[in-house]
Amino acid sequence: MEFLVSNFEAILFYLVAALTVAAGVGVIALKNPVHSALSLLSTFLMVAVLFVVRHAEFLAAVQVLVYAGGIMVLFLFVIMLVNVKGVRPDAAFLTRWAPLAIAGGVLIGVLLALLVLLGVLATGTADTSALQSVDGQLAGNTEAVGITLYTTYLVPFEIVSVVLLVAMIAAIIFGRRDVALERPDGEARP
Amino acid sequence: MVPLENYLVLSAVMFSLGVYGVLARRNAVLILMSVELMLNAVSINFVAFAAYLDPDKVLGAIFAVFIITVAAAEVGLALAIVIRLFRNRATSNVDEAASMKW
Repeated sequence: MEFLVSNFEAILFYLVAALTVAAGVGVIALKNPVHSALSLLSTFLMVAVLFVVRHAEFLAAVQVLVYAGGIMVLFLFVIMLVNVKGVRPDAAFLTRWAPLAIAGGVLIGVLLALLVLLGVLATGTADTSALQSVDGQLAGNTEAVGITLYTTYLVPFEIVSVVLLVAMIAAIIFGRRDVALERPDGEARP
Repeated sequence: MVPLENYLVLSAVMFSLGVYGVLARRNAVLILMSVELMLNAVSINFVAFAAYLDPDKVLGAIFAVFIITVAAAEVGLALAIVIRLFRNRATSNVDEAASMKW
């Protein structure tokens, strides 16, 4: 247990790094696009864990919300819309992968229990290594990111918001059914 | 503390996986997924370097936030193009959308 406590960060890193690479291989190797998307989802979550290990908690939350929440849903939507042939319901899939899913759930449960246990075992003063200093005063990670983003990096922030606006307008125009982007020969669309 | 090299190796492996996916896959959606792998690898690099260069600053996280934002814009736009391609050509295969190739 002492070994676990003293080497917790290293153990977590190697475990999560191995899972990240495994999930990344799944993204490029799996045949079914939906399986690739789910593999990509687990990659995103593992990268979020790595961000937490590196004391970038705000970034981890953004990673889960934007990548795992928004971008993943977009990918799955488009796979369902576009790639109907590849998305056959597979009855054997559930039974084949059930042991792996159960093992994954148990692993996550064990890790969470370990976290709680470490919290119980930890004694002494509060750990201030997770705090960042902004303008000479200590602040939490989210606060530090906010202060830096809205003072030093205000101009890039505004520019990137314009980028998002432009992308949104372009996506809406591309997604519309009947605009001047149709094929000029007037051939019937499939 | 895990040495910086380990993060760099992990990031390089993920980036290479993404490059392989972009080059080897033919479905446009899967190519975009591989691009996401590469962007995540770059985010890991930023965060790891920032933490090792100056642990008190959050510059790595700031850059990674910008990467995530641009990635969201890129994915939204690219998937709209894929849907448009599928509507016009009934395919999402990049090999078959070659009318601009000479």
